Amino acid sequence: MTTALPEAEALAATDLNVKHSRFPGMAAMRATSGFQRGMLVFGLVVVLFFVVLAVFASWIAPYGFDQTGEGAKIFPTQAAPSAQHWFGTTVDGFDVLSRVIFGAQTALEVVVLAVALSIVVGVPFGLLSGYFGGWFDRIAVLIADSLFAFPSLLLAIVVAVAISGGGSGKWSGIFATAVAITAVYVPQYFRVVRNATVAAREEPYVEAARAIGANPSAIMARYVFGNVVQTVPVIATLNAGDAILTLAGLGFLGVGIEPTAAAEWGHDLSTAVQNDVSNGFWWSGVYPGLAIVLLVLGVTLVGESLNDVLNPLLRTAKITKVVLPGRRKKGLMHAPAARQEAQPAATSGIEPGADPSAASGRGADR
Amino acid sequence: MATTTTSSAGSLRTYLLTRLLLVIPMVWILVTVVFFVMRVVGNPVTSHLSGHVPPAVIKAALHKAGYDRPLLTQYWDYISGIARFDFGKAETDNQPVTHLLVTRGAATLELAVYALIVAFLVGVPLGRVAARYRDRLPDVVLRVFAVLAYAMPVFYIGLLLQLLFAIKLGWVPPSGRASIEAETAINDVAPNTHIYLINAILYGNTSYIWDVLKHAILPALTLGLLTAGVFLRLVRVNLLQTLRSDYVEAARARGVPERTVMRKHAFKNAMIPVVTVMGLQIAALLGGAVLTETTFDWQGIGYTLAHYIEGADFVAVQGIVAALAVIVALVSFVIDVVAAIIDPRVRY
Amino acid sequence: MSPTESVLDVQDLRVWYAGPAGPVRAVDEVSFSLKPGEVLGLVGESGCGKSTLGRGLMGLVPRGAAVDGTVTFDGTDLLALPRKQRDRLRGGGMGLIFQEPMTRLDPLMKVSDHFDEALRVHAPELKKAQRRDRALEALRALGIPPTRYDTYPHEFSGGMRQRIMIALTLALQPKFIVADEPTTALDVLVEAQILRILADIRKQFHPAILLITHNLGIVAEACDRVAVMYAGRIVEQGPVREIFADPQHPYTRALLKSTISLSTQELHSIPGAPPDLVRPPQACRFHPRCEHAMRICADQDPPTVGTPNHHAECWLLQPADDESRRPLTRQEVSVADEA
Repeated sequence: MTTALPEAEALAATDLNVKHSRFPGMAAMRATSGFQRGMLVFGLVVVLFFVVLAVFASWIAPYGFDQTGEGAKIFPTQAAPSAQHWFGTTVDGFDVLSRVIFGAQTALEVVVLAVALSIVVGVPFGLLSGYFGGWFDRIAVLIADSLFAFPSLLLAIVVAVAISGGGSGKWSGIFATAVAITAVYVPQYFRVVRNATVAAREEPYVEAARAIGANPSAIMARYVFGNVVQTVPVIATLNAGDAILTLAGLGFLGVGIEPTAAAEWGHDLSTAVQNDVSNGFWWSGVYPGLAIVLLVLGVTLVGESLNDVLNPLLRTAKITKVVLPGRRKKGLMHAPAARQEAQPAATSGIEPGADPSAASGRGADR
Repeated sequence: MATTTTSSAGSLRTYLLTRLLLVIPMVWILVTVVFFVMRVVGNPVTSHLSGHVPPAVIKAALHKAGYDRPLLTQYWDYISGIARFDFGKAETDNQPVTHLLVTRGAATLELAVYALIVAFLVGVPLGRVAARYRDRLPDVVLRVFAVLAYAMPVFYIGLLLQLLFAIKLGWVPPSGRASIEAETAINDVAPNTHIYLINAILYGNTSYIWDVLKHAILPALTLGLLTAGVFLRLVRVNLLQTLRSDYVEAARARGVPERTVMRKHAFKNAMIPVVTVMGLQIAALLGGAVLTETTFDWQGIGYTLAHYIEGADFVAVQGIVAALAVIVALVSFVIDVVAAIIDPRVRY
Repeated sequence: MSPTESVLDVQDLRVWYAGPAGPVRAVDEVSFSLKPGEVLGLVGESGCGKSTLGRGLMGLVPRGAAVDGTVTFDGTDLLALPRKQRDRLRGGGMGLIFQEPMTRLDPLMKVSDHFDEALRVHAPELKKAQRRDRALEALRALGIPPTRYDTYPHEFSGGMRQRIMIALTLALQPKFIVADEPTTALDVLVEAQILRILADIRKQFHPAILLITHNLGIVAEACDRVAVMYAGRIVEQGPVREIFADPQHPYTRALLKSTISLSTQELHSIPGAPPDLVRPPQACRFHPRCEHAMRICADQDPPTVGTPNHHAECWLLQPADDESRRPLTRQEVSVADEA
């Protein structure tokens, strides 16, 4: 790995581009290796795709999610993919493609609601607990850690069952599920925000503010909040992926959303496993599952790339091998040329033929 | 030297004691949360009774279950029961939860062990490969694999494996823990450990042993691959870190051969966080077990839980979830103990 | 100085490594040699390339770095060796003492395990008991009692860990040791202890040592010869006494002037900023900060002038009477100083 090419005129290069730009994020973006950037773009495209599906579901989907027929014609049940039903039909005669599309709607509704609730509950709690400390903080941390250590799916089941045990219909189902997921993830937001607050609280400028007698809420709002809030978007995106999986898990177990109230991918998979797999009918399960995988993948990639980009320590700079130029010939007198900027180029890419060192001849050697 | 050993043993003892003391409030918090959350819905007792039930019947059922007593009395009964490892009885079939834990829990334990074996055998070596070929093709492929393993719901992996290997190819059975014949036979064994593999071995019939193993392959792979992905990324990240560490550089400077550096210094140190994370993985494993067991009709405690959820028997659900909380806490405590013993630096 | 006399002979060594703004010319054509038992001090400001030089000799360079030149150790050209062979020389032939002792020992291995492992590699003919004896002897020389042999690194203080590291290096009986700022991370009292130990070691084991430091006091006390490094090049080298008494290079003079002693009346510092190793100044690298800079200094590489024993790279040492020796004007200095 440490080879040198004695006679090469080629130039060393690294892939980082340090040009100043108006958007600091852009410089960081450009600083990432191609792989990381590719992942981020892929993730964003996927997420956007599903958002579009979710928002425009009613227009995009060929049929309703619980539609069993069109006009006089009744849909065949467990039918393989065809021109009328691109993804086939389920055991109840629902169109799989439509259910997948409406499932996107459900997933986004639940997850957005859950993430919003988690932030609204977890962040202030974390701020207060971290800033004021004391017994309240210790108990809160203990509770959060206990909840965090518990299998998230089981906790979600308990909460979802508790809430939806009462009502029925789409919104109570969605609300119940969202709250269940919130219950699972609030401890995470709480912990991260609390730790960031505790760290920020120890900063000298906060100490100074307290010393001059500033109002605690003013300090929190001005200094602490700004620093802490940066951590939230990354967790939110990483959490969204987990939340989608938890939602699917709940649906798979038949908890939360009533199947007639909305289409849900996990529930569809459950139906498929119970009715279709043993007969070898693959379409009713493979497609909804694929949707889950893609969306979770997209969201996770965005979250991780966000994390990598914002956290400079994780940025993997591509290191290309240094190639040493030829040595300056000894004994040559150099004609006084203009003093240039002729230095190893800071741009990416190798420039063959460029002489990196301002070729000044060496004086007499010893 | 004598003084040093007892002092380090002493601090280990202190650490373990402190850790144990932490477990108790955590468990208490969890079971309390379960208790109160279950009460929110109204009453879990009659929820499984569908249709219009005369109020008198409801009242009688509530009285029988003790749900018309003051809340605190109920809570006290509940907590003291848990302290005695009594988690109540299912409403629909009167099965004591503890009994279910033993019989069905063994199945989950068996599955979890298989899954962990798969996860270790697949995840750890692949993690090493990924670290060794950092940022080159093998590493990229493996990281994609790991992310995919995370993004796929465990029941989807199960569904795909089932479709391909059990239905289309017919290499392995699609569900269940054993064929009916094998199952009835090995359950007659004394002592009945409820762990089918051990029972089959005790029974002594090789075809039954093979039968049990064949049934276990898909569920083990399903649950295992998910965890393998986690281990892969963990080992990779930690190995990359330890390979850059100062003591590794110092070992290289002493002329220790690269293979030994990798194996003894970098890898061993990298594995410590993995053991620690295992504690957290138990919780995830249990959640995954519920889903895997449902997919494959593997009658473990997760399958049982799903069954009671479907039947709206929430007394059973409450009992099982509380029991699992205790188990999770105890198991992660054990893992912390192991981690502390392995790493001489960890003391509270 | 013929190569057969010296333990280590370095000619035109270059070590460039990859940095965010381009290749970093940390070591840019450096030559020196070491006789057996000699201690050569390598001084310079932080970031002048001394650590990279020390490590480069051992073959410990960062990813993507390039090395060329000749490094003759005990008659063999190290850089021409295949990698495996060169690696094998590490520890047994050439030892390295690191700067930061706290993190240099494997936390999972006892001190005894470290010694056992290293001795197994380099002295495979020894049996376990003999290995233990050798290790204990080295530790005793460093003042560590045998009762602490079977303990873990985290039970030792920083000073003790450094002593363990030195003992570990010595137990392998290398002919040549690179000591990379071995006392910088330690407090003054511990530093004095270690320097005393180093003096004892010299008497007992006679290794050749390259002592890298930024502290001229240590150089005065512990070294036979000294090489002054600036911006990847050795600007002056010679016997310690001579250099301290009669420094030839303006940088050496400035360094000596800026050290503080009891007789210091006022503080001196070197104007300007440490040079950028990616775009080092043209020709003489010190010219932007040199108070005697002449036109030719910014134009052509300075010659090496002096005796084989004590020489420096400076145009001042080769006086002439023409335009090129006119002082570099203020304006031009600041233009060139934008590194």
